[in-house]
Amino acid sequence: MIDSSTMQKPKISVDSLNFFYGKSQALFKISMAMEAQQVTAFIGPSGCGKSTFLRTLNRMNDTIDRTYIEGTVMIDDQNIYAPDVDVVHLRKRVGMVFQKSNPFPKSIFENVAFGPRIHGIRNKSDLYSIVEKSLEQAGLWNEVKDRLNNNALGLSGGQQQRLCIARALAVGPEVLLMDEPASALDPRSTARIEDLIGDLKKNFTIIIVTHNMQQAARVSDYTAFFFEGELIEFGETKQIFTMPKQKKTEDYITGRFG
Amino acid sequence: MKFFKKANFRLNEFLAEKAIAAIATTSLVFIFLILIFVFRESIPLVLGYAMEEDNKLSLTALFSNNWIPVSNHPQFGIWPLIIGSIKVTAISLIIAFPIAVLAALYTATLASKRTKEIVKPVIEILAGFPSVVIGFFALMVLATFFQNVFNLRFRLNAFTGGVALSLAVIPIIYTVTEEALNTLPKTMTEASLALGATRWETSLYVLLPAATQGIFAAFLLGLGRSFGETMIVLMATGNAALSSTNIFESVRTMSAAIGAEMAEVVFGDAHYNVLFFIGVLLFIFSFTLNAIAEFFLKQRMMKKFQGGA
Repeated sequence: MIDSSTMQKPKISVDSLNFFYGKSQALFKISMAMEAQQVTAFIGPSGCGKSTFLRTLNRMNDTIDRTYIEGTVMIDDQNIYAPDVDVVHLRKRVGMVFQKSNPFPKSIFENVAFGPRIHGIRNKSDLYSIVEKSLEQAGLWNEVKDRLNNNALGLSGGQQQRLCIARALAVGPEVLLMDEPASALDPRSTARIEDLIGDLKKNFTIIIVTHNMQQAARVSDYTAFFFEGELIEFGETKQIFTMPKQKKTEDYITGRFG
Repeated sequence: MKFFKKANFRLNEFLAEKAIAAIATTSLVFIFLILIFVFRESIPLVLGYAMEEDNKLSLTALFSNNWIPVSNHPQFGIWPLIIGSIKVTAISLIIAFPIAVLAALYTATLASKRTKEIVKPVIEILAGFPSVVIGFFALMVLATFFQNVFNLRFRLNAFTGGVALSLAVIPIIYTVTEEALNTLPKTMTEASLALGATRWETSLYVLLPAATQGIFAAFLLGLGRSFGETMIVLMATGNAALSSTNIFESVRTMSAAIGAEMAEVVFGDAHYNVLFFIGVLLFIFSFTLNAIAEFFLKQRMMKKFQGGA
């Protein structure tokens, strides 16, 4: 386990988090800290709880019936599960990109402008500059600037995923959660997303769930290995992949199971 | 002698396939025969040799303003019937469409599971109500109620009929819209919520627009049902063939005219031909409606996937 005191100042710190779907417990006593402007990767076999854990960080699990949680998740010293927390505000600060690109069946412009608009920005030129900036950050601006009014569903899979990233960036988050953002993409699009993650970490705290261990090794600074709802090992990516301390971690990354 | 059976022949499958094809064809043939029958009975009128008492029934007379089919000098102007149908249909849809769509939006996207489990079946039961029951309810309860509320001259009028009709149309529009909303991928809702949208914003600005096509189809189905519905309007509209724009006057719809008069008409009579002609109009209307819907939906789909605006 990494000692959180060795980090400068954790953006997110989780303390003994238990999570339940109805009666079955999905996460057991998770404690870890994630540093600002770093990429933290969650790896582990299917069903190990990494996606569930990711979704506790912006309270997306609230949308599933009969789930509940114990423990605390602090973002900048504020417990996001405290009763007075406004989920809308939380999700504005903690953006999310999903496994399957899910643009709205609207124009490219409207997709990106949707977030800022619901958060109260009405001015056309303000919206336009947010859309432009977000698309530029997501590396999509040059490809779509001449067809902002076209339907987003006409874009390729990789472009759609970058559009979803732009859409998430447009509300001005501090943390970006990515749930296997490249698993449905071809190798070239995947490479673009990975480059993008490298660029984005200058401004955002990024947490990425991935099935692809090479991907975790390429893009992340820290890696957490989950197995059956427990955090088995967490540390610097280099250390996890070169000299894992736990037998299970070693077995998993060397492909002995999973 | 052959060593092998012909590999691509299976007797059972062959027979089953033919049998199913035959059954499918039969139902097609029936529809086609009904069509031919309805059209044939209106031919004398269309070709202009349907006879009134004294002279030929002309097409101008057909689209005149007086529907007095049973008299010494019958007049078969179907305008009042067309206006009646349009009036009642419009009233019913103006009431039913917003209610049904909002109800569907509520149960499909906002309501808790328990509320949904109660509300949805109840609205769907309404779809199974015999229209004569709705008509009876309108006749006995609604008519009196509206007369008192609006202080009306006639108990039975286009408004009462339209309201009653909306009870029959709501479940249709509701069911199709609900279906359209439910088939939207869950990831769409998640994407919106993850951007910090509330449930309400998600429903209104993401899900509802995304289901436009289905809602349009729902509207057309409701329109078709409303236009063709007979029993409710027969019981609740008063059946006076007046062509006025006042929604509180009695009307006779096209469907109600057929329903009320067909049984008492003389075979082969001009009146008989005219009723069939009205039937043809109803048929053409619903056919066009479906064609438009199909065409419109396809156009939109094409645009959508070609990335057009």
